Parts: sequence; structure tokens; C-alpha cells
Amino acid sequence: MEFVMSIIIGILFMAAVYLILSRSLLRIILGTGLLSHGAHLLILTMGGLGGTSPPVLAEGVTDYADPLPQALILTAIVISFGVTAFILVLFYRTYAEHQTDNMNLMKGNDEHD
Amino acid sequence: MINLLLLPIILPFFFAIILLFFKEKIQIQRALTLIGLVISFIASVVLMSVVKDNGVQSLTLGSWPAPFGITMVSDMVSVLLVTTSIVITFFIVMYSFISIGKERERFYYYPSVLFLLTGVNGAFTTGDIFNMFVFFEVLLMASYVLIVLGGEKKQLRESIKYILVNVISSALFVATIALLYSVIGTVNMADISVKITEIGQPGIITVIAVLFLLVFGIKGALFPLYFWLPGSYAAPPMPVLALFGALLTKVGIYAITRTYTLFFIHDLSVTHELLYVLSILTILAGCIGALAYFDLKHIMIYNIVIAVGVILFGVALMNESGMTGAMFYLIHDMIIKGALFLLIGIIIAITGTSNLRQMGGLMKTHAPLGWMYLIAAFGLAGIPPLSGFTGKLLIVKGAFEAGHVWGSIIILASSLIVLLSVIRIFIYAFWGEPVELKTTNRRAYRKMIIPATVLVVLSIVYGVGSEWFVPYMSDASKVLLNPSLYIDAVLKE
Repeated sequence: MEFVMSIIIGILFMAAVYLILSRSLLRIILGTGLLSHGAHLLILTMGGLGGTSPPVLAEGVTDYADPLPQALILTAIVISFGVTAFILVLFYRTYAEHQTDNMNLMKGNDEHD
Repeated sequence: MINLLLLPIILPFFFAIILLFFKEKIQIQRALTLIGLVISFIASVVLMSVVKDNGVQSLTLGSWPAPFGITMVSDMVSVLLVTTSIVITFFIVMYSFISIGKERERFYYYPSVLFLLTGVNGAFTTGDIFNMFVFFEVLLMASYVLIVLGGEKKQLRESIKYILVNVISSALFVATIALLYSVIGTVNMADISVKITEIGQPGIITVIAVLFLLVFGIKGALFPLYFWLPGSYAAPPMPVLALFGALLTKVGIYAITRTYTLFFIHDLSVTHELLYVLSILTILAGCIGALAYFDLKHIMIYNIVIAVGVILFGVALMNESGMTGAMFYLIHDMIIKGALFLLIGIIIAITGTSNLRQMGGLMKTHAPLGWMYLIAAFGLAGIPPLSGFTGKLLIVKGAFEAGHVWGSIIILASSLIVLLSVIRIFIYAFWGEPVELKTTNRRAYRKMIIPATVLVVLSIVYGVGSEWFVPYMSDASKVLLNPSLYIDAVLKE
């Protein structure tokens, strides 16, 4: 199972890198979304996919899934959620201000702003 | 008072929350920010004396036994960095009163600064690798807000790049922690160190070490990963730039230092050689950039890159002189970069431009500013009585002891280039024929120069009185070179 997950995470990372390297702002943000999905699945997989029951204390159950990676993922998800919300608004503002969503047109230095 | 080591993190956080309730009352915000920073400073100084007397302090939250809870650890390295960060933030906040402008102050500028300080202090103090990720995100989110606050066209454009780079490096950080967890099975830093020693650092751990270097190298602007820094740092207003230049890259440096002295110490020939080569290349890249520009901000920004290289070179040596020197230089660089950014901020405010070719003759109208700048510039380059000297001397000594002759020659040559780049600012801006200045408010100028002057004086004290600081620095390097001190303090039975 870990093997299959690794392949899937690899594909997610690949798609994320491809999207982040594109020109349109919206594709870039989709890429960061896929990147964080890949990272979160990686934590889950690397914690081991063993255990038959969810990590909730219950009568007579001894084989739990590792609870630590799940807590780490939960933390990472809300953080990336906050950052993504911020980026989306930032991209919207930038689009309104610069009248373009093309990263190649967002160059410039002090001489020609 | 076992919770003492949490105070430098909690106090800025607490005051930031209070400030959220006084959005429109700028005077109250200013006063509360200063009060909060003074109290945090007192707490951190008390903490420093406790660490000095009793060794490494550690606290596992919630009274869980050590590897199972989140541990906060205050050794001399972290407490020195925490204290310096608070001092620098204090003076930058004082400078912000004049220069940041009412519009930004009304939109949560001071809370963001305090949240940034919370994240920085937390990252310096934490003893848990995932908790370090969380504190990184705290400081990064505050820095996203600060870099874009004001919403100018240039700020929007550059902050997109800044945020994008940091989002990618954060995802890499998570992935690296996941890999480390799969090999080691713990996220407590002391416990990680013990477990790595038990399995004797196999190849996969070395791979993870290089991944950590990649992650923290992006945060700390190491050679092939510094590309985002010049553009992004030139965008925000001056006090924000000073805050970033003095604190943010240093968090990356601290994280590299911590991981490379605590975790990955069993295969120095790969990891530390790589760090050594990259830090030399960082110095070279920074030197080229510092000479290439006629823009005040860019010259100083590339000086940040040079300092990153010098400090990490000292760390990569892994001997006592090198490590003590790196600690000396790290603290020096935080103070002097804060001072220099504030000074060039004043120059830019007076002349209304950051282009060197359009200024001149400031010595005739603003002599004290000129002298302050000259002292700070000499301090940055490391002229003997001033603060940059001791650190660099020890690093070069350590390099000769370790047999890295070429490395030490490059460090010494880089000092000349640093001196050339900052003296060029002095020659262009302060000598020559005076150019016509727009009329500036002398009172505002005087108020801005006070915090900058105090920082310069602090750096002079730090340089002249380096004898006083030697015990602290050697304590810090002792902890870094003997991980067992750190581990015993955390995993005490």
C-alpha cells in the first residue's frame, strides 16, 4: 500500500511542479494546492499505513493507526489553508492592480515600475 | 518560575492580541508595543542570567515526559538570539513611529510586528522539529502581511514571489519532517539526535540532512537558493526591510546550525563539506551583487547574503574557534544590519531616492548621520575596535586550524569587498557637491536618527567590550559542539 501511495504522491508533486512553473497566476495557486496535498499524504504514508482501527480509545481494540501523523497533518492543513486563502486574495488584488495574470509581465525594477 | 523560558514568546503574542482591539488608537498601539517589548526584554535578560548560571533550561509542556510532549529548550544560543531580536525590534518599532505612516499603523502594523517576533522567538526556543515548522509559519505569515501591507503595485508584485517561494519551502519542510519521522519515529529534537546516534547515520539520514539544508537554505538565502531575496526585500518600506534583514534570514541560519550540530554529526565529510562549499559560494555571490548595484537597498541586501555565507562557514568548520566566531558574528550581524538599514532609510527619506548617482554632499547638511553611517560601515567590515572584528577573527582562526586556507582567504577578501561596497555609499552620498534636497522635517529626522544611533552605539559596545561577551559566546559554542549537554537537559530522567 505504501508503494502505491508513494507513486501517487510522486505524481502529485510532479503535477504541482509543472503547474507552479507555468505563467498564469491561477495555475500557480492550483500547483501549491497540489503540493500541499502531496506533502500531507506523504506524512500519512511515512507514518506507516498499519493499524486497523482509528486512533480512538475503545473497548477491546489494540491495533490503532499511528495518531501522531494525523495530528501533524491536521496542523499542516489548517496552516496551508490560511496561507492559500491569503494568496488567493493577494492574487486577486494583484490582478486588479496590474491588469494581468501573466507572471512574465510582472517584472520591473526601480527604473521602470 | 519554570515557565520563564516561555515569556519571550508569550509576552509579544499577548500584547499583539491586546493590540488587535485598538485598531484606530495609534497612540495606545505605540505605547503598548513599547511596553510589551520592554517587558519581554527584561524577561529574556533574566532568562539569560538563569541559563548562564544553571546551564540549559528545558520545559516539556503539559508535564508530559520529554520525548512525548512539546519541549521548549533555552540554551545560550537561543537566549542570545531571542534577546537580540527583542532589542532590534524595539528600536525598529521606535523608528517606525516616524517613518511607517499613519495609514499602515491603522491597519495592524504593530500587531504584525509582534506576531513576527513571536514566531522568531518561538523558532529560536523550540525543541521539537514540527513545532519549529509551526513557528516558522507564524513568522512567515506575519511577514507576508508586513511585506504586502500598504498594497503598492511593487509590493503586490514582489510579495507574490516571496510568498510563493516560502509556500514551496514550507511544503518541502513538511515532506522532510515526514521522511525523518519515517526513519526515526520521533519529532523531539533531542530524541532525534539520540536515535540517529543509535543507528549511526545511514545514507537516508544524509539525504534528509541535505533536504533540511535545502529547506532552511531557502529561508536563510544560501547560495543557489537566494534568488528570491533581493527583489522581495527591496519592496516593503524601510522599517519592515530592517526587520526582515536583521531577523528573518537569521532564523534560517539558526535552523541550519541547530540541525547540523545536533542531528547530522556522524558523516561530516558529506554534509559539512557541502555546507562549506555552499557558504563560500554564497559569499562570492553576495560580493558580486554588493558591487554590481548603484541602489542603496540592493547593496545592503546583498550584504545580508555575504553575512549568511560567513556565519555558515564558521558553523561548517565544527571546531571551537569557528563556532564561537559564528555566534559572535551572528549577533553582530543582527545588530549592525538593523543599524545600517535604519541609517540608509534615513538617507533615502532625506534625498527621496535610493539611487546613489542622484545624491551627494550630505556631509554638509547632515554631518551626524554621516559619522554614524561611517562607524556602522567600518563595524560591518570588521575594523578592529568595532563589532565585526572578533567574530571574523575567530572564524578565520578556526578555518586555519581546520586546514581550510582558501576558505579563510576568501573570507578576508570578502571583508574588503564589503568595505568597498559600503564606503561607496558613503562617498557617493556624503561627499561631493550637494544636490538639492526636498525640504525635510528636521524634527522627524532627529527622531529617526535616535534609534539608529543607539543601535550603532550598541554595536560599538559589543565590539569594544567583546571580552565581556566571550563567556556567553563560548557557552553557546560549547552547547553546539557537545550535543550531549542539550540532550541531557531535555531527556533528564
